Amino acid sequence: MHHHHIILRVVTKMLVGTIILFAFYVQFHGDFSPGGGFQAGVIMAVAFILYGIVFGLNKAKQVFPAWVVHKLVALGVLVYAGTGVASMLLGYNYLDYGAFNPHHPSHGQHWGILAVELGVGITVTGVMVAIYYAFAGRPPPMKDEDW
Amino acid sequence: MSATEVHHVAKTLMDHLPILQVVIPLMSAPLIVMIGNRNLAWLIAFAASAASFVIACLLLSDVIDGSVISYHIGGWAPPLGIEYRIDALNALVLLLISGIGTIVLPYAYTSVKAEIPQRLHTLFYALYMLCLTGLLGMVATGDAFNVFVFLEISSLSTYVLVSLGANKDTRALTAAYDYLIMGTIGATFFVIGLGMLYMATGTLNMADLADRIAEQGANRTVQAAFTFIVVGMGLKAAMYPLHHWLPNAYTYAPSAVTTFLAATATKAAIYVLLRFMFSVFNPGFHFEDWTLYLIFIPFALLAMFAASFVAVFQTNLKRMLAFSSIAQIGYMLLGIAMLNATGLSASIVHLVNHGITKAALFMGAGALILYSGSAFFDNLNGLGRKMPLTGATMVAGGLSLIGVPGTAGFISKWVLVQAAFENGWWIIAVAIMLSSLLAVIYVWRMFEVLYLTAPDEGCTATDPPLPMLIPMLILAVSCIWFGFDTELTLGSAQVAADGLLAGSAGMMAH
Amino acid sequence: MINVDFIIGHMNYWLFIVLMMTGLYIVVARGNLVKKIVGLNIFQTSVFMFYISIGKVTGGTAPIYPVDSQGHIQVDPSLTYSNPLPHVLILTAIVVGIATTSLALALIIRIREEYDTIEEDDILKIERELSAQDSKAHGSAMGGRA
Repeated sequence: MHHHHIILRVVTKMLVGTIILFAFYVQFHGDFSPGGGFQAGVIMAVAFILYGIVFGLNKAKQVFPAWVVHKLVALGVLVYAGTGVASMLLGYNYLDYGAFNPHHPSHGQHWGILAVELGVGITVTGVMVAIYYAFAGRPPPMKDEDW
Repeated sequence: MSATEVHHVAKTLMDHLPILQVVIPLMSAPLIVMIGNRNLAWLIAFAASAASFVIACLLLSDVIDGSVISYHIGGWAPPLGIEYRIDALNALVLLLISGIGTIVLPYAYTSVKAEIPQRLHTLFYALYMLCLTGLLGMVATGDAFNVFVFLEISSLSTYVLVSLGANKDTRALTAAYDYLIMGTIGATFFVIGLGMLYMATGTLNMADLADRIAEQGANRTVQAAFTFIVVGMGLKAAMYPLHHWLPNAYTYAPSAVTTFLAATATKAAIYVLLRFMFSVFNPGFHFEDWTLYLIFIPFALLAMFAASFVAVFQTNLKRMLAFSSIAQIGYMLLGIAMLNATGLSASIVHLVNHGITKAALFMGAGALILYSGSAFFDNLNGLGRKMPLTGATMVAGGLSLIGVPGTAGFISKWVLVQAAFENGWWIIAVAIMLSSLLAVIYVWRMFEVLYLTAPDEGCTATDPPLPMLIPMLILAVSCIWFGFDTELTLGSAQVAADGLLAGSAGMMAH
Repeated sequence: MINVDFIIGHMNYWLFIVLMMTGLYIVVARGNLVKKIVGLNIFQTSVFMFYISIGKVTGGTAPIYPVDSQGHIQVDPSLTYSNPLPHVLILTAIVVGIATTSLALALIIRIREEYDTIEEDDILKIERELSAQDSKAHGSAMGGRA
């Protein structure tokens, strides 16, 4: 197995970093251009899924253990809902981003949307990778040799 | 832009109640996964649902006088922003859902231990809270698309909860799959309806939708939207010909899940139907009363008779109760179709009373299963004598299901019959009584098995442990209590019905 | 008299209906559980298309307001913009669709592990046998999967 697909393996190693970088770009540039948590999360997950497909599920799980993935799913939702609660604690309505900068509500909205999108990105990454792990981790009904 | 540019007044906790109602259970679910400890998971879930129950009480006490609370998410004023809108109707349904959600949890602690593998417990509580969030959100929101989002949150978690019964019977998996297909079709129909409404009006806020529909009157887009929404929600509410998913889902789901779903899930869908029929559309439109008279009434009657009739022949207690649920939904739809204030309050009060009754019965069934291993009648022989308090719960619930005077079920059926006479529909009134006779038959079968047959020799069954027993008894007592003290249930149902009809009367005046 | 303009002018709705019916037909007619999910996806996609098409405004461009160097929004009043709201709504519905699909596939995997088949007919046969066993053991009139 180790000598198979040498090109795929090399290209993957080169690509994974770039994909993650691009995911961060989409994530944090979402304020100014199309993009945001959903897209970034999926792109980020693609990096790990690609790694898993080429190097095998076990290697991918060494890099990104399943329990971490599950916690990330929950963390993202907490970040999102927590942003709303934070604005509530500051005396504003739920998810009223104006709370984060009372003098310039539009600046506050930048911070608010950044936090919320970060939550979305974390959860989407977690969910996509978790789905991949769940399906790929199932024992196959038939061994490769039996085909 | 946002409301903050005007003078900002810091909000207090009381101002945030409508959103806290949904956010507290919503945040508890990821918190449970983050902490990942079984016992803490239960504690968090219980604390969160108890908190949402208290909030629902506070909300209901605020709006019982017929006032409306409007909460603007993110400070964006409706109709552009998402609005949470609490009036007597949804406060009452919120109270039912959060109340049942809270009371099922202590019961679930023991029941889940017996029925679900240990490694899944944490996730079970997380899903349970998500389901609760979805149902509460569906009811609390005043934004039509938000209803869809919460509907899907509750549905997706429900499918998983149902499939958790696979540990005992693999048919839970196919039941969950069937429910998923049906539920998704229903939800998608609902979205198509919303899309058409948006095309016709350019808004998604329910109050704004109502105004604009009233202004432009009936046209084909609005009619099509109405049809899609009624069919979609009818699927979720297990309206008679669309009920196919329900018996299997209720039979094979874990007991705690069945209890929770039977008391809340279909009720939330009925609430959405009510909201759309009376607050968004209004019966002043011809197509709407035609739908009510020509479709709701025949199918409601069919449900009352056919489903009760099928229930009589079941050999599985849980399955029998599931069919009886379909029949009871018939009564609620019948109340809606009466189109008068009494009929509406009958269906709202039946929504609450039946929720409590069914929760008591399914809890009792779960307790019996804990000892017998299955819900088949021949395994339950004489258990009522061996488990006196569980048996008492089943009796209280059973009597309430029939509608014996002095129980909650009697109140709702009585009001429903009154409504039928108000309209001069004495045939329907007779039908209601006749179908109650069918209920007598299947409930009697239950009593017969529990009390009149001899228990198996060497049967060591006793009443379940206190965490299961106390919720059961609370529900059993409320089955009786709400048969005498109707101020909370019928009182708020009447305010809610007046609110619904006032909304549509205002529109008819346009 | 057939109104051709009417038919052509509502092209998006025709396509939406065709896709929707295709999807629903697959859900109903196919016995393979995975194919049913494919049908469900097509059905949902038809709704996405429907929403996206109603957001289109004739001559409208992407609803992104340009920002000048000071960060102020510069709206060009001569431009028409498409309505972004249906697109945003449908983003939510797409996510829901993904969740539904993956949950359904997970259920199918579990069903396959338990029943060793994903053909509805075979599953029904197995379940009917289970019901028959139940009714033999616990008395008559089980009702089956009715």
